Amino acid sequence: MTSTQITSQVRIGDGRVGQSALRPDGTLKVTGEFAYSSDLWHDDMVWGVTLRSPHPHARIVSIDTTAASAVPGVSAVLTADDVPGVNAVGLEHLDTPALATGVVRYEGEPVALVAADHPETARRAAKRIVVDYEVLPALTDPRRALDADAPLVHADGNLVRSMQIRRGDPAPTAPVVVALDFEVGMQDQAFLGPESGLAVPAEDGGVDLFVATQWLHVDQTQICRVLGLPPEKVRLTLAGVGGAFGGREALSVHVHACLLALRTGRPVKMSYARDESFHGHVHRHPAWLRYEFGAQPDGTLVYGKADILFDGGAYASSTAAVVGNGGTLGLGPYAIPNVRVDARGVYTNNPPCGAMRGFGCVQAAFAHEALMDALADRVGVDRVEIRGLNGMRLGDSNITGQVIDSAAPVRELIETVRDMPLPAERSGAADIRELPGGVSNTTHGEGVVRGIGYAVTYKNVGFSEGFDDYSTARVRLEMTAGEPVATVHTAAAEVGQGLITVEQQICRTELGVERVVVHPKDTTVGSGGSTSASRQTYVTGGAVKAACEAVRASVLARVDVPECRLEGDKIVSAHGEVVASLAEVLGSGAVEETVEWRHRPTREIDPETGQGDAHVQYAFSAHRAVVDVDVELGLVKVVALDTAQDVGKAINPDAVIGQIQGGSAQGMGLALMEEIVVTDGHVRNPSFTDYLIPTILDMPPMRIAVLEYADPHAPYGVRGVGEPPTISSGPAVAAAIRAATGRALRRVPVRPEHITGT
Amino acid sequence: MRISLTVNGNRHDVDDVWEGESLLYALRERMGLPGSKNACEQGECGSCTVYLDDVPVCSCLVAAGQAQGRSVTTVEGLASDERLHPVQQAFLECGAVQCGFCTPGLIVSTHDLLERNPAPSDPEIREALAGNLCRCTGYEKILDAVRQAASQ
Repeated sequence: MTSTQITSQVRIGDGRVGQSALRPDGTLKVTGEFAYSSDLWHDDMVWGVTLRSPHPHARIVSIDTTAASAVPGVSAVLTADDVPGVNAVGLEHLDTPALATGVVRYEGEPVALVAADHPETARRAAKRIVVDYEVLPALTDPRRALDADAPLVHADGNLVRSMQIRRGDPAPTAPVVVALDFEVGMQDQAFLGPESGLAVPAEDGGVDLFVATQWLHVDQTQICRVLGLPPEKVRLTLAGVGGAFGGREALSVHVHACLLALRTGRPVKMSYARDESFHGHVHRHPAWLRYEFGAQPDGTLVYGKADILFDGGAYASSTAAVVGNGGTLGLGPYAIPNVRVDARGVYTNNPPCGAMRGFGCVQAAFAHEALMDALADRVGVDRVEIRGLNGMRLGDSNITGQVIDSAAPVRELIETVRDMPLPAERSGAADIRELPGGVSNTTHGEGVVRGIGYAVTYKNVGFSEGFDDYSTARVRLEMTAGEPVATVHTAAAEVGQGLITVEQQICRTELGVERVVVHPKDTTVGSGGSTSASRQTYVTGGAVKAACEAVRASVLARVDVPECRLEGDKIVSAHGEVVASLAEVLGSGAVEETVEWRHRPTREIDPETGQGDAHVQYAFSAHRAVVDVDVELGLVKVVALDTAQDVGKAINPDAVIGQIQGGSAQGMGLALMEEIVVTDGHVRNPSFTDYLIPTILDMPPMRIAVLEYADPHAPYGVRGVGEPPTISSGPAVAAAIRAATGRALRRVPVRPEHITGT
Repeated sequence: MRISLTVNGNRHDVDDVWEGESLLYALRERMGLPGSKNACEQGECGSCTVYLDDVPVCSCLVAAGQAQGRSVTTVEGLASDERLHPVQQAFLECGAVQCGFCTPGLIVSTHDLLERNPAPSDPEIREALAGNLCRCTGYEKILDAVRQAASQ
């Protein structure tokens, strides 16, 4: 195993694995020529818009579309009655109507669609649709969802999933006991590219959909069911994606654009405005957490207990898997012999919640890290030391009894961030832009207190609990204009993270070529699985590597010399002698191989004990946050936010650092400012005016230490990168504010009044 | 209505513009220039930043009619002779681009900053770019890119 801190960045190198190759789409993106899903355009296209429910819970008595249809320029008005197939979509449960039928279960639920020749015409026509609602009692407090008298959101009850984990002594005791309650608000992915796409009706009665999404094939399955069409008639191509972070895993415009295109016979473009986007995708689950640690007087954990409630909102989306993560990973990266965890996800009439970066672990980490600090303080052990003391190590079992069989460097990670240089103490006349309140000029340093906080986390990589988590890659090698060219084709979504760069790097490494063409992502190749769970470099990377190996084997089989390799336009022996030119071997033909690749299987956990090998890989990170807090006004300025993370192998070091910095920013956002405020089922802040994400003024400098302890089970030893930093950064920021203020701060985002106590 | 304006040095006469349309919509949907982005259309994110005459504006907050007879420069107009502008080159090389949806607005805003202040300090960079939201990068590599562009 090796451990390296990446301090200087290799920008281009030879473009192979381990080099910071540049993005192949970078030039198009800096010139404005890259085609995002909202940039698409087609001759004769019309615009689709969605009419949404104004009520969190209501019965639809009637819908009258007469006036809307009569608006000049309108080409279609659709309701649930116009759905040709099964009016149900959903990632895990088919509980979500494509268009509401009979009842609406959340504010913002799609009720009707309009297509018109101008988006404003369509919006105005939608306002002329008359929907007669009978308002029903709304269930908006998830803590009441399982009460006997709670309104039912769905006929079969309000429980989406409950899981329990029982390990060791069922009634453990310990000399030291600490406990706390914690609450996490609803976060939004706030990707910048709006939900959008273009559906083009085809002559065969099918449809071609160009859309920003995270998993083309599961989209396709869901769309086919609603349209009543076979997969060969519903063809998807990934349009340019302006960020995702989980928010594009569930459907948005997909089915609606196809329905309108098939009805009108014209290409249909849909693109949400920002206020609609806040209603148009699932959010991160708000959570209520009750935690207890029992420990020896030296701080060694004896037991851990947790009770976690996730508000799933009106439809399940991926709530069941979020419960699975919250439960199985909810006590953090610590070795704990006795465990009792209960995690539940419930239906309410609040906005639906589903996938967001960190998926079930983000909420839990705020609680277990706050509690670990409380334990450290109680037993008088340093907050870094107590994490090192209890941190998992290689060979330990986690709370589901799974043995951690590759690196678990908790102590090294937390000590690495501790040992990084601290920012200079403030002295004299500070630049107000670097103080809490900034150019609001609320302080020149008076009343400002500095605090330091730490947090560690671990996160599963890939899909878990027995899911058949595979990816497909097709790789082709041929001579073009005298030069060997590889073409890599997967359906794995590039959402900005840099997967296409990684795909190119793997092809260059395995096939010895320089030029690698990335085929458009579409459904003409097998599924790549979801761009989520930090899994694509591992799983689609594994598939591309395997396909390259198959291509290489096929080419080398044509020369009768053992142990050769491909290098540029030549086939070279183990002794470095040129055996043949690739042009001779390939001629005018091509070698193409398609491989479906799987990681090690995972297993369902035992329903009674929660024990089992639920996850395929774990990724660890630690953060140290330094904050300045204006304790009189409750304003916070994060001064430094430093990370150490084990990535197994950095395929592209620059992109790894970019993932860690961006993920850290999103975690900090949840700690300080990001919350969808929902009152009685109504979203109160659906705009970037009122839902705040960190700006460049909010973000501090970030030092990153990248550790590379190869996972022997993973291609190149990689470990998923994207999610851990989003999990550990927020708890570190919250801890730092607690350190500065002495306040308990048992809720995030931390608001000024929580700090001032007013 | 018809509007006539100059965009990236080329005269455009645009017909059938509805009075309520923004300059952003007209650029994207009527002039074939979708480089300016539509992340919020509320004037909060900066992704639609363009020069109106010589002043950077959120084109989503400018009515298309207000651009009548004026000169607009978008991100598509910054490169010349097939060569990237140094700001574009710096964003590309520094890894300041992930999903890239904020990039066009940030490049125009950075271009404006460096026109006004060729050697900005870090606080000056942060203040100048505070109106441009990025959700992918955490801004560190954007700062790297601005510093690199300023050094050239």
